[in-house]
Amino acid sequence: MLIQFFQTLRKHGLSVSLTELLDLLAALKQQVIFADTEAFYYLARLVLVKDERDYDKFDRAFAEYFEGVAQVDIAANIPDEWLTPAALKQLTEEQKAALKGLGSLDELLKQFRERLAEQQKRHAGGNKWIGTGGTSPFGAYGYNPEGIRIGQDGSGARRAVKVWDKREFRDLDSDAELNNRSIKLALRQLRRFARTGASQELDLPATISATSQQGGWLDLQWQPERHNAIKVLLFLDVGGSMDDYIHECEQLFSAAKAEFKHLEFFYFHNCVYEGVWKHNQRRREQQTSVFDVIHTYGSDYKLIFVGDATMGPYEIGYPGGSVEHWNEEPGAVWLQRLLQHYPKAAWLNPQPEAWWSHYQSIDMIQQLLEQRMYPLTLDGLNRAMRALLN
Amino acid sequence: MAFQSTEHYIVSPELALAVNAAVTLEKPLLIKGEPGTGKTRLAEELATSLGRQLLTWPIKSTTKAQHGLYEYDAVSRLRDSQLGSDKVHDISNYIRQGKLWQAFEAEDRPVLLIDEIDKADIEFPNDLLYELDRMAFFVHETGEEIVAKQRPIVIITSNNEKELPDAFLRRCFFHYIRFPDADLLALIVAVHFPNIQQQLLSVALEVFFELRELPSLKKKPSTSELLDWLKLLLAEDITPEVLHDSQKKGGLMPMFGALLKNEQDVALVEKLAFMARRR
Repeated sequence: MLIQFFQTLRKHGLSVSLTELLDLLAALKQQVIFADTEAFYYLARLVLVKDERDYDKFDRAFAEYFEGVAQVDIAANIPDEWLTPAALKQLTEEQKAALKGLGSLDELLKQFRERLAEQQKRHAGGNKWIGTGGTSPFGAYGYNPEGIRIGQDGSGARRAVKVWDKREFRDLDSDAELNNRSIKLALRQLRRFARTGASQELDLPATISATSQQGGWLDLQWQPERHNAIKVLLFLDVGGSMDDYIHECEQLFSAAKAEFKHLEFFYFHNCVYEGVWKHNQRRREQQTSVFDVIHTYGSDYKLIFVGDATMGPYEIGYPGGSVEHWNEEPGAVWLQRLLQHYPKAAWLNPQPEAWWSHYQSIDMIQQLLEQRMYPLTLDGLNRAMRALLN
Repeated sequence: MAFQSTEHYIVSPELALAVNAAVTLEKPLLIKGEPGTGKTRLAEELATSLGRQLLTWPIKSTTKAQHGLYEYDAVSRLRDSQLGSDKVHDISNYIRQGKLWQAFEAEDRPVLLIDEIDKADIEFPNDLLYELDRMAFFVHETGEEIVAKQRPIVIITSNNEKELPDAFLRRCFFHYIRFPDADLLALIVAVHFPNIQQQLLSVALEVFFELRELPSLKKKPSTSELLDWLKLLLAEDITPEVLHDSQKKGGLMPMFGALLKNEQDVALVEKLAFMARRR
């Protein structure tokens, strides 16, 4: 019973287990609800989904299982499944360069409408149809220099038919693979317990010796509790070439967030300059000065950069080299300021280690960091954590 | 016995279903949602409507799972032995029951609220797995096993400050309280202020939702803030016309202190009004 439904959920990436399915069946047997699809929807969601971020996946799976997906306007004509990144397209530099733009925006929109009219099925890969991972100008997660991006911003107006078709929890959906145990275990090496704070624990050895010194008269001794005293400052590269590694970075980030009590994170693009930011949507308005970071977080913080360090050498070495704004001082200066303040630092690079020697910029960063760059693999992570502790 | 909206508390149908399913199947119910959407109130209202005892276990960053079970007060036992008290021979005199123990021993199936579980250490939920699953635990000092007479109704709230472990989530039902839409909100207000003028309410709700729409507000006002604000509006006898005027002019609404909780947000609203006036 409901096996098919269960499998649809798993297909949509919900990690439901047998326990939950049995719970749902038990609830049905107890007649918590009566033949009512909407109530069943709520009940199934209650039992099977454990995080509001998964509500959207559940809505999609539910819609697929119970069909009746009637979608109305043009953007809604494209089901999200077409647009989810089945596999992020891995293109070589030459292929990227070989793709030429198709011309003006009007031209693009015209073609988009024509193709949408022609196209009836889900499509991934290839270079004409709308879908994901392809090289057509339409769709997402693919490469085309002048592409129209569909399916990532959720800007299309969607008219609702049923509750699950409203998909009100779309914003909360993140594809981050949470609770990745192996990453957490690697991060766990970065633990140094220290006794800080108020004395609340009975210190037994000290109490015994103090009591015997008093000739058996009880003299209680207290000590503070043990806490993980490690503090971490995480700088994450976002955008551009880092898009290929979003998945790995999300995993690392969610694991780090769960593991460290003192974790502060900031984003930068390609190389660190005078400002970093905390919200990618508001990166222009709400930048934090790197000086403020240095002054706020003491040098006992461990500094971890995550980035592919793949950029033009100018972006590191020269004033005004940044691709986004005019920087008065070169990125190298800002990196050095950070490294001077935070002696314990490491750079995690999602690029495979074998490719590093091909990029001049990686070499420059390696020198700045005194060879403390490690690949973003479990082994690399272990090495980085060890380096941070030495 | 089904849980429904009461005179003081409005529940959406899906929340009512969630609570009833959790009560029937004897599973802990994990509740998440924006601050101020009535997560803690839910447990209180549930206890009242079922006529059961409510046991609240508020979680802090220093709370340990053991605190919920029992605590062994070794220090006062040592003291008593020094003073030659007779109590000292029975170790159970120094065992203090925690909230879970009280819930297990209660005669009538009680409601146990574990409030803000995300405030505790990462390992805290894992330490409670066995106890919540079997509804039993072991007292090492006396060697007795405490088994629940009946499984208490467990409501757990979280504000999403930390991720909860999978194994823990598997044992719970989960419901996310959405921010109520305008209709539900009007119902909630009607429950709290039965005599509020319809006109004042509709203008107030308009202002309130406009405020929530502002993109870069640090702390979005929620239901409890709205209720506080309405209370002030009524107390100060502010008429719908005054409120409407200030809405048209833009800028800070009367009694804004109830809605905006930090000075950056106040400055933001002022700035927006200033820009609107210049246009």
